[in-house]
Amino acid sequence: MAESHAIEHHPALKHHFENMEQQREASTIGMWVFLLTEIMFFGGLFLAYIIYRANYPDGFAVASNTLDVRLGGLNTVVLILSSLTMALAVYSAQTGKQKRLIGFLFVTLVLGLTFLMVKVFEYKSKFDHHLFPAVGFFDWTHEPSHNPALASQARIFLWLYFAMTGLHALHMIVGAGMLIILMFFAWRRKYSPEYYSPIELGGLYWHFVDIVWIFLFPLLYLLGFHLGSHG
Amino acid sequence: MSEHIVPVRIYILVFLALMVFTAITVFVAYFDLASIWGPLNAIVALSIAVIKATLVVLFFMHVKYSSKLTQVLVMAGVFWLIILLAFTMADYLTRSGWPQPGL
Repeated sequence: MAESHAIEHHPALKHHFENMEQQREASTIGMWVFLLTEIMFFGGLFLAYIIYRANYPDGFAVASNTLDVRLGGLNTVVLILSSLTMALAVYSAQTGKQKRLIGFLFVTLVLGLTFLMVKVFEYKSKFDHHLFPAVGFFDWTHEPSHNPALASQARIFLWLYFAMTGLHALHMIVGAGMLIILMFFAWRRKYSPEYYSPIELGGLYWHFVDIVWIFLFPLLYLLGFHLGSHG
Repeated sequence: MSEHIVPVRIYILVFLALMVFTAITVFVAYFDLASIWGPLNAIVALSIAVIKATLVVLFFMHVKYSSKLTQVLVMAGVFWLIILLAFTMADYLTRSGWPQPGL
């Protein structure tokens, strides 16, 4: 009796759940609760951005124009593409395609690292131009086109730029580590169409980070774009 | 309710829609819509971002196919975020005498 009872259960089913269905539902809801705290976490920075932008529109527009829209746009495409490959990784797990699962996780990882590499180049250019908003380092006046009267406002924008994209990049680094762990366990054949919750939850996290960037890109890069000499 | 498997075709379509909206938002940024109405640039850019985020949540994150409980949870998160933003701005925007920042 006890033996036949044990056979009915999937090995990944924890004893405090009735069945795989309930376990999956509980883990999905748990992940979403975590993501809601992340929404509020980033929400505070978005709120700071909105408040300062509403009060210093001129300085924000000019400072936004120092960002490279081509690099920001490239990263937007890279990140959305990585969301697609992550979704396809989840699909591969659901349909039991072992090799494709590892392949899509790997492509997602490569795209995530591409994003971070572009970010490094962008940060480096900001440091080279003394636009990192540190005391004694920040220098707005050496660029002839920059209105000196807007220096302090521009500095607030650049502070928010580094805080928001920095926190986002930190999430990308955590996500990259997560993908490596998922690839390792996928290689160990831990996932099957009956049990793939870690892949599904990893996907939720990755897509969330993508959504944050979907808002960061227009708010930071496109805000002052029409002021530049782009035609 | 068993787990719904979203067909690959849907993922590709959502991806293409996200690309199109990204192109639109960059294209619109070339124009100074603020000359028509102050916040118009921001409204257009944010509306497109909200549409893109909704597509990601519904399809990539499977919320369209999730349980009612998960859907309510997601909406609750958005609701509280709106409270955070709207109530704070209702205060700030009705004040006067915002100071110039010092360096």
